Amino acid sequence: MNQQLLFYTLQLADNALINGHRLSEWCGHGPVLEQDIAISNIALDHLGRARSLYQYAAELFNALPPEERSTVFNSPALQEKVQMGALLDEDDLAYLRDGWDFRNVLLVEQPNEDWAFTIARSFYFDVHNFYFFEALKSSTDKMLASIAEKSLKEIAYHLRWSSEWVIRLGDGTDESHQRMQNALNERWMFTGELNTPATFELNLQETGAPVDLGIVAPRWMQKVTEVITEATLKLPASTWMQQGGKNGVHSEHLGYVLAELQFMQRAYPDMEW
Amino acid sequence: MEIVFTENQILDWLRSVTDPEVPILTILDLGIVRGVTLAGHEVTVVITPTYSGCPAMDVIAMNIRMALLSHGVRKVNIENQLSPAWTTDWMSDEGKQKLQEYGIAPPRRSSGLASPALFDDELVPCPRCGSEHTELTSQFGPTSCKSLHRCLSCLEPFEHFKCH
Ligand SMILES: [Zn+2]
Repeated sequence: MNQQLLFYTLQLADNALINGHRLSEWCGHGPVLEQDIAISNIALDHLGRARSLYQYAAELFNALPPEERSTVFNSPALQEKVQMGALLDEDDLAYLRDGWDFRNVLLVEQPNEDWAFTIARSFYFDVHNFYFFEALKSSTDKMLASIAEKSLKEIAYHLRWSSEWVIRLGDGTDESHQRMQNALNERWMFTGELNTPATFELNLQETGAPVDLGIVAPRWMQKVTEVITEATLKLPASTWMQQGGKNGVHSEHLGYVLAELQFMQRAYPDMEW
Repeated sequence: MEIVFTENQILDWLRSVTDPEVPILTILDLGIVRGVTLAGHEVTVVITPTYSGCPAMDVIAMNIRMALLSHGVRKVNIENQLSPAWTTDWMSDEGKQKLQEYGIAPPRRSSGLASPALFDDELVPCPRCGSEHTELTSQFGPTSCKSLHRCLSCLEPFEHFKCH
C-alpha cells in the first residue's frame, strides 16, 4: 500500500515539476514584461509544490523495506544508488529517473508552441488542479492534506490568470480568437487523462488518501465550459482521449524536457551550486 | 557554565532576521515564526513558508541559524510547517505600517478562502498619495508575494503585498 501512495505522490510531484519546467521556458521570452514575470512566478509556485511532494515521496520510499526498494524504479542511474543501499532525496527523484519512471499526465509535457497553446495547456491543467487540490485538503493522508492546503491559494491565482487569458484572446481580435480556439481543440485530447484514475489510485481509494476523480470531473467540465463560453469560444468536439503518462508511457516530448532538466546532474553527478 | 535561554530572548534575537526580499520586515512582522521550543542548549524554531516556491525561505532558515548561533545557542533546529497555511492575516500591524511607509501597499482585506473569481480586482489605495483611483497592472510582481499597480492620480507605479 505504501508503494501505491509513493506512486500517487510522485504522480502529483511530476505533474508539478514538468508543468513548472514548461512554463519556465517562457522566462525571458514573454510577450510583455508583466506576463514574463507572471509566468515565471507561476512556474516557481509549481516547482515549490514539486519540492514538497518529492520530499514526501523520498520519505515514503526510504520507509519501504529494503528488498522492496529495489523493485520500485527502472532507471539505471537511480537503481545504482538504491542497490548500494543509499536513501533517496528530492533531487534523486527529480534528476535520476528516466522518462518511463515519470508519472505526469501527457498534457503538461506538451510543448509551449505559441502563447495560445501555452494558455490552453495551463487553463485545462489549472482548472483540474484547483478542484483536485480543494478535494485533497480532506485527504486522510496528513502530509498530502497540508501540501494541498498550502498550494490551493496559489493555484487559485493560476486559474484566474489562465482563465482571464482564455477570455482575453477568445473575445479579442479575429486572429487571437482563431488561435485560442485552435489551441483548445488541439490540446483537448489530453484532458481525459486528468480525471481517469490509474491503477495505483484505484488501489488506494479505500484508504481515503486519494481524491475521488468522479467528484472532480463534473466540476472541471462545468468550469471549462463556463470560461470557454464567456470567451465566445466553442467547447472542442469530443475525440479519442490520449493517456499513458500516469503509467510511465509518454509522448516523445518528455525526453527533450528531461534532457535539459537533468543535464547537469547526469554530466556531473552530485554537483551543487 | 550553564546558559539558560528564555523564549522571549530567542524571539528578541529573531527580530534581527529580516525578509531578504522586503528587508524592512522582520520574520516576526511577516508572521512566519509559528513557535519556539527550548531544550537545554537546543532551540527549535517552527516556521511556515509564505509561498511554496519562495526562494527567500532557504535564506531565512540560514539567517535564523546564524542569528541564534551567534548568541551562543549550540544547536538550532528549523522545522517547516505547512498547515495551517500562512496567510497575510498573520502579518503584524507594525509590519503593515512599515510596508506603507516603505512605499508598498500593505495587504488589507482578510484573505478568506482561495477563490478563482475572475476579474475580481480589490481596491488598493496608492501608498504614496493615498488615492483610491488605482488600477492593477499585473497580479504577479517581482516576487511571489507582490502584485503590480498604477496610481491614476499621482501616476506613479507601485507594488502591493498581496492578500494571501
Ligand atoms: Zn498616487
